[in-house]
Amino acid sequence: MADVKLRDIRKSYGATEVIKGVDIDIADGEFVVFVGPSGCGKSTLLRMIAGLEDITAGTLEIDGVRVNDLEPSRRGIAMVFQSYAIFPHMTVRENVAFGLTINKVSKADKEAAVANAARILQMEHLLDRRPSELSGGQRQRVAIGRAIVRDPKVFLFDEPLSNLDAALRMDMRMEIGKLHQDLGASMIYVTHDQVEAMTLADKIVVLKDGQVMQAGAPMDLYHNPANLFVAGFLGAPSMNFIPVSVTEVGPDTVTVSSPSLDAISVPRKGRDFTTGQTATLGVRPQYLRPVGADAGMLHGTVVLTERLGSETVVDVKLANGSKIIAALPQDMVMSPGEAVSFTFAPDQAHAFPE
Amino acid sequence: MATISADNHGLRLAVRYVVLTLIAVIFIFPLLFMVMSSLKPSDQLLRDTASLRAFLPVGDIGFDNYTDAFSRAPVGLFVFNSVLVTGVTVLLSLFLCSLAAFSFAFLKWKGRDLLLGIIIATLIVPFETIAIPLLLLVSKLPWIGLEGLQFGWLNTYRVQIIPWIADGLTVFLFVQYFKDLPRELIEAARVEGASWWQIYRRVVMPLAGPVLATAAILKFLVMYNQYLWPLIVVQQESYRPVMVGLQYFFQLDTAWGEIMAYLTIITVPVLAFYLVMQRAFISSIASTGVKG
Repeated sequence: MADVKLRDIRKSYGATEVIKGVDIDIADGEFVVFVGPSGCGKSTLLRMIAGLEDITAGTLEIDGVRVNDLEPSRRGIAMVFQSYAIFPHMTVRENVAFGLTINKVSKADKEAAVANAARILQMEHLLDRRPSELSGGQRQRVAIGRAIVRDPKVFLFDEPLSNLDAALRMDMRMEIGKLHQDLGASMIYVTHDQVEAMTLADKIVVLKDGQVMQAGAPMDLYHNPANLFVAGFLGAPSMNFIPVSVTEVGPDTVTVSSPSLDAISVPRKGRDFTTGQTATLGVRPQYLRPVGADAGMLHGTVVLTERLGSETVVDVKLANGSKIIAALPQDMVMSPGEAVSFTFAPDQAHAFPE
Repeated sequence: MATISADNHGLRLAVRYVVLTLIAVIFIFPLLFMVMSSLKPSDQLLRDTASLRAFLPVGDIGFDNYTDAFSRAPVGLFVFNSVLVTGVTVLLSLFLCSLAAFSFAFLKWKGRDLLLGIIIATLIVPFETIAIPLLLLVSKLPWIGLEGLQFGWLNTYRVQIIPWIADGLTVFLFVQYFKDLPRELIEAARVEGASWWQIYRRVVMPLAGPVLATAAILKFLVMYNQYLWPLIVVQQESYRPVMVGLQYFFQLDTAWGEIMAYLTIITVPVLAFYLVMQRAFISSIASTGVKG
């Protein structure tokens, strides 16, 4: 178990910089999730921590030691790959014990470690099988088992669930969460799935174009996104963005309005605005409440209703042509073409300057 | 509808079997001709070539040609020489070429791609162009053996083995196969602490069954069929391989029956090797149907 420090980490392929100065602190025992769209550099960053990619510039410390130039095996890490990367010619037992065999651990210790990992992952009955006889979820378990037996300081997961089907993904997600609780080890987890990020993480690091957009506790990022990208990336359905213009700037609030939105004062949260500039107002679909036409702030007509069971998602076209989404209680039904009005609490809305 | 498509299917299957049978017959007839002819006296053998009798064990049948062949030439010695030279070359070639290919496929070093390009380019150089320079080279090369330092490799096994160990085709086959292995397997092994040698031995080579079988079969055929090179570098009977040994049967009188008997004998190691490798080939194919 150890802390991990990234200081101004950079990665270039020739003239193209793909990681542009990343600073991240990962505390001992913390579960950190790197999340972002495809090509944002999250996997590259993880591979740099693992030692599978060179670090062009910056400092990487694991447990207080600079490890930039250390071989992967000497960094105290274990990695679980998206494609599992378990060896097809070995049994599960041989796969799990591979690192111990390589490092000439005694037979008794090896067997004890494998038995322990198998117990934690409930795969004792699979030990003598070959990977070709296992399902996707079982193979991923083997890959995790191989990581556990090495007792690493830091676990690295590279999109470990993306090859699994939806139901299995949820089971394995819970198991990984439980594994973190049981082992208490530092874990770094890469995913493009914001549900995995929200549910697993102690700390989420949102990446875009090789830069950290925001890092913090999941609910902190959810409630206080630092910018439009984070606001739009976290949360499902994603946050509604309404183009507005700034009519008044106060010490703590900013007042905005648009043709389809009555004037509203929302928290400034330290952002700089000037009167007359255009801005974006963000409101999560869950915070929109349908009201009578006279009481509402947003007015439009229903385009589409999707009943998901736990909630009803309604697509609404505003008067100015832009579209918003409202997530309503499951028993609320609206028909296409119906005129609707919504209201929301000003302190649940976010204003972002253009 | 169902019956029509079933009939269609049956018809297609029948056509396929007929075609395959024809192809099999075309490939088997020369072998059949060889084996049957080896059992007949030369005059009958030549008479039979005018009819289908050439493929049938009819007339004056016996094993006289075999005993005559053994008395005319040291057949056992030639077969032993060829099997030894071929076997050792194949084993060394698989080992050294796969090691080279491992480096080309997985390690990063300066000039790697250029060197690989040059090695692959040697594929277009025919052996005949380098035979004489190579002869001059091996005739002067030093060697430390039981008798101490000597110069010149002529009339040895090593002159038939060493120049043939490394070749562009074998390296290329291995490089292509290695590059298609999932990169994450190699990375996982590295993270687990395996050295490059351990990755080669424990991860890559156990998965290389198909390419090992392919490379071994190709190399075996090249080596077993060696004629020009041993003809130049081996003058002593004791190191002579089977193909050069064929000369013994073309002196003064050409004994076709004995030639056929000799050919039948020297075909046996080829068939045996092929059957063994075919099993390895098929079983390795069966175990690679694994994702990740």
